[in-house]
Formats: sequence, structure tokens, C-alpha cells
Amino acid sequence: MTGSAPSAARVPTLAVFKLASCDGCQLTLLDCEDELLTLAGKVEIAHFLEASSRVRPGPYDLTLVEGSVTTAADAQRIQEIRAQSRFLVTIGACATAGGVQALRNFADVEEFTRTVYARPDYIDTLATSTPVAAHVDVDFELRGCPIDRRQLLEVVTAFLTGRKPDVPNHSVCFECKRRGTVCVTVAHGTPCLGPVTHAGCGAICPAYGRGCYGCFGPSGSVNLPALIPLLRRDGMDDRDTRRFLRTFNAAAFAGIKEET
Amino acid sequence: MTHRGSRVLRVGSLSRVEGEGALHLKVRGTAVEEARLRIYEPPRFFEAFLRGRAHTEPPDITARVCGICPVAYQLSACAAIEDACGVTVDRSVRDLRRLLYCGEWIESQALHIYLLHAPDFLGRDGAVDLARTHRAHVERGLRLKQAGNAILELLGGRAIHPVNVRVGGFHRAPDPTALRPLAEQLRRAADDAWETVRWVAGFDFPDARIDADLFALAAPDTYAVEGGVPTVLRPDGTTTAFPLSTFSDHVREEHLPHSTALHSRLDGRRHLTGPLARFAVSGRRLSPTALQAAREAGLGDPREGVECRNPFRSILVRAVEVVYAVDEALRIIDGYERPARAFADVPPRAGVGHGATEAPRGLLYHRYALDADGTVTDAVLVPPTAQNQGAIEEDLRRLAEAALAEGALDDHALTHLCERAIRNHDPCISCATHFLDLTVDRG
Ligand code: SF4
Ligand code: SF4
Repeated sequence: MTGSAPSAARVPTLAVFKLASCDGCQLTLLDCEDELLTLAGKVEIAHFLEASSRVRPGPYDLTLVEGSVTTAADAQRIQEIRAQSRFLVTIGACATAGGVQALRNFADVEEFTRTVYARPDYIDTLATSTPVAAHVDVDFELRGCPIDRRQLLEVVTAFLTGRKPDVPNHSVCFECKRRGTVCVTVAHGTPCLGPVTHAGCGAICPAYGRGCYGCFGPSGSVNLPALIPLLRRDGMDDRDTRRFLRTFNAAAFAGIKEET
Repeated sequence: MTHRGSRVLRVGSLSRVEGEGALHLKVRGTAVEEARLRIYEPPRFFEAFLRGRAHTEPPDITARVCGICPVAYQLSACAAIEDACGVTVDRSVRDLRRLLYCGEWIESQALHIYLLHAPDFLGRDGAVDLARTHRAHVERGLRLKQAGNAILELLGGRAIHPVNVRVGGFHRAPDPTALRPLAEQLRRAADDAWETVRWVAGFDFPDARIDADLFALAAPDTYAVEGGVPTVLRPDGTTTAFPLSTFSDHVREEHLPHSTALHSRLDGRRHLTGPLARFAVSGRRLSPTALQAAREAGLGDPREGVECRNPFRSILVRAVEVVYAVDEALRIIDGYERPARAFADVPPRAGVGHGATEAPRGLLYHRYALDADGTVTDAVLVPPTAQNQGAIEEDLRRLAEAALAEGALDDHALTHLCERAIRNHDPCISCATHFLDLTVDRG
């Protein structure tokens, strides 16, 4: 993190931009019902199309970017957004790992286009879906599909006060322990990506009796070679395992697999 | 009236809609030659990458089409896959699904009313700006939205992309005692919903009328939410219905003459889904409380077959639907007994299945073809915005023309009017799974 907190004399400006995404992460900001109006008193919302028709030109103190880069126009736009932003924080699996739309990275995008559109020649798309950090410097990446509301508030507050966000990168397993949830893998033989998935959701899935499906992407230390035999023991064949790791954070998990 | 004979209006980025879109209007004198709602949401290829996935996966995957109505995607997907596999889920599980859906309706309609739509009637840029003058109202809206989210969080694990939904039902059914505090919150929400109806009923509504066919699901004895039979109400008052399995024979994407635009048409005609359509098709099946709310809102008595065809007044119908959804959620919670099993087994088989539910924005259809081991071989998603586009454009064209005929509208005012007209329909542009306006001038 660079720079210092915005001076107290001026209200810091907040911008929210969207690339290819479902809008779920920016909606998380509007879902902070208890904090929204308080937050709005502390920042000037300068650009947030989903929430306001009033748009102020940059530069912005804090910019949140949702979504991945999937078109040449967006690759250009993210450069402009970066140039306008003092701090740039990416929110969600799309912006930090390419999102579910990065499944095209493992396929033939022309074939995809023919499958979905009657006139593929009109479709303007890149062959890949890439995270924002593949294009510009990013000050902080917040994980999740969608991001967690509490973590979002922590990140926004931290940047506005000029400190480092307290967002640990341990695994979902830690959160199960903290929550007192019995391990679904140990107790029920349910395949679970919790051991390799970034914390932040509060370990929701195991609390509801299902295995984690990795929507927060890989955690800080990932040991896939240790996990895969467990998934196999619990009934997943190679194809199931590949699909399990290739969904909302496909590109991020694929990257790790090669390293370990 | 402008002295220029011809002008082109462009609205670069629409605000207070979900997703990203733009508008293009071509005006000659007082005639509007062309009104185009352009979707520049980049393609995300859901229908392509669903192929090869297991039949258990579409509920989680298709949720990510839209962060505002993930439950609609999850439940349309479940319905289609269960249909393909020949499985019917128990009443108790169906009730829980309806409860979950009520949460999404409350949350999404409150969001639309307070954060996206009401600011237009009060000359404000958005909810934060609105809070400067109407703080108590905005707080009420946020409280109401929170009550919807509370249902989603309890039953689904979280409000956006709930994790507890699975093909066949739920991973875990809630303990009845866990629902008690929720009922408390909903009873307070019932008052907030009622106040919302009174508040929006006092807005000033411009005249407008939409002539498109109204298209919604219909269910026996209840306001259709999580399933039903596709039903069409024509402007001449005639009603027709067709089996869901023939959806694609009726709703087709067509190339229009003289343009390359793809429009979805219902039996060759423009149609509109969403609150106005639901109210016209199912209004008489609202609960007594919601019927009373409809009368208070000035919509008349739906049991006498009233319709509302003024898109500006869709905010009233949304408010009535929130009253209904709160009422319905409380009814389900009151009668709730934990099901013996939270889900039905859905063993795969080769086949094609269809599913449709009423997303807050309108009818959402899914179709999947499965092979014998449950692998998806083909997927079709038809979201409401894709269906509504033709009707929205016609609505825009007419409104703009009427405004021009009255004269004195400069570009700025005309742009504002068009933006409002689009927000009346609450287009959910992220749901543009396979829908693009192909008249985009890439010149
Ligand atoms: S990360 Fe998930 S929730 Fe966020 S925008 Fe992408 S698809 Fe939506
Ligand atoms: S447990 Fe895993 S899949 Fe479930 S919400 Fe948390 S990170 Fe996402």
C-alpha cells in the first residue's frame, strides 16, 4: 500500500466500476443496510452507476472494481480507471481471478460464441477472461464470489483511514473451527475445498452441511497434492475433481496446481 | 421544439439499472425513427460452459448470471433439472423454496423501489441523495430490504448467491425455532411494506400506456412465484396459455426486417414480463392484505380483472408485491414443520427438462438436456430482460414521440425522460446471457 490517508479537510471520493460480472459484489455495498448512510456521510460517492445518476469525473481516492477483463475495450478502460484512482481495490472472484467467465480460458472461445449467439461475427470478445491485476497495478484484492460484506467494510474503512486492511489469508478450515462446525469431510466423507480455500465467508457451506466449493479462491498456503487423495477417497474421480477446482476461481486454482 | 430537423440522442451509460446498457434514439422532426436499448454487457458464455458440467451444478453456476436475482436462477435451474430427471419434490420443500423466493422478492423489489426508482419521482440522483431530504423513507426502505435479506441469509446461508439450494431441495432445512426471530422481523417489515405502498401511491405519475402482450406464469389458487403455466394476456382481453415444454416454440428470438436486431417475440408479437404482467395475470390471487394494498395504491380491485399498463406505475405494483411477499413469508413460517428430508434424490437420466419461475423482473426460463450420467449436453437460459427488450424500446419510442409532440423538450430533458422510462422496467442487464442488440453501429 502506498500513499497516506486523505487529508481530513476534504471528503474522500469513492468510485465503483464494473467490468464483466454479475453485479453481486457491488450490490454487497448496497446490502450494507446498517452502514450505508453512515458510509455515505464519510465519503463522496463520485461514480457508482448502479446507485446514482450523478457522476463526477476523477481522480478518485478509492476505486472499487468489480468484474474481469474480457473485451479489448475493457482492457483499455481499466487503464483509464487506474490512472484516475489513488487506491484501486478489486472486489470479487471476477476481478481477482477472472471469475466463472474464465472457463473460456480452457476452451475454444470461437466455439463458445457459435454456441451462444446466432451471429457470432457481431460478438466482440477476447479469448480470455483475466483479473484486473493482469492489466494494471492493484492496491488490494478482496476475494469471494460474492465478497463478504464485513470484509468489504473493513477494506473501505482501512483505506479511508490509511491503514492496512485486516483480511487474513488463512483457509476456510480455520473458520469452521472458530464457528464450531464439525468437519464435513471427517464426519461425513463430504468432499470439501475448505482446506485450500481463502477464508472470509465465515465457513458458510459446512455450516449448511455441504462441502466448500471454493468460491473465495485459493488461500495463502495451498497443498493440492494432499487434498486430492482425500477428494478421491470421498468418491470424486479425476473429472469430478477437475470440475470442482474449475468453477468460480478456475484460473486461480489452475495456476496453483502447476506450482505444487 | 428544437429547430434541428434531425438529431440523434445517445445516453452513454445508463445509471440506476442493474448491469450496463446504453440508449440510442434517432429523431426526425417530431418522429422517433428508432429507439434502441443497447446492451454492452460483455458476453459471459454461460450456456456454453454449462455443457459438460454435472446435473447438480447449474443451480450454483447460473446463480452467477445475476447478483440481484440469484434465487430465480437457482430455482429455475432446479425446476428444469428435476423435470428432466422426472422428480417431483414434496410440498414441504416447495414451501421452503417459496419462502426463499419471498426473501428475494422483498429484497429486490425494495432495492428497486427505494434505491433505483423512487429517486426519479422526487427529482433525486439516487438513494443517498434522497436520504438528504427523505431520510426516514430511505431508512425504511433499507430496513425492508434487510428483512428480505434476512430470509435469504437464514435459509440460503447468504443473501447473494445462496449456498443452501440444491437440485431436489436444500442441503439443510432450518429448525423451526430459528424462524421465530425472522417472523418478528417480518412483522415489522409488514408495516414498512404497507407504508411503502402509501408513500409511492402519492407520487406523480406521467401518463403512458404499454400495448404489448403481458406474459407471466399462472398457478392455481396462488400468485405464481416459483412455478406455473406460461400465460399470455393480450391487449384485447383474451388469455391463452401453453405448456412450458413448448416455451421455445412460442418465445423466439427473431431477426427483424430492415435491421439485424435480435428481438425475442412471443408468437410473433412484442411482449412484456414482470410486475405489470404478473399483476394482470395473477392479481386476483393475491392475499386479502395485498388486495387491500392494491386498492389503497389506486390500482383498483384485481378481482374485477383490472390491469395496470402504465409502466411508470410499476412501482405501485412492486410495492403491492412486497406486501404480498411479506404476508406470504409469514404464512409459510407459521405453518412450517421441518421436512423429514431437506431434499429429494434426483438420480440422473437422459432427457430434456424445462423450468420457469417469476424472477422479480419477470419470467425466467431454463432448459437443459442431460445424458444418462447427468452431464449437461445443452443449456438454454431466457432471462426477462431479453424478452422485454422489444416492449421497452416500443415504450421508449412512444414516450419520446409524445413528449416531442408536446414540444419544448431539449435533448437533456428528453434523455432524462428516456432514462426514467427504462428504469420503469427495471432492466437487469447483467442477465444478458445470450442477448445482444446487434444493431450496434461499430462504424
Ligand atoms: S465475483 Fe461472483 S458475485 Fe462478484 S461479480 Fe463476479 S460473479 Fe458476481
Ligand atoms: S464455504 Fe467455500 S464455497 Fe461456501 S461460501 Fe465459503 S468459500 Fe464459498
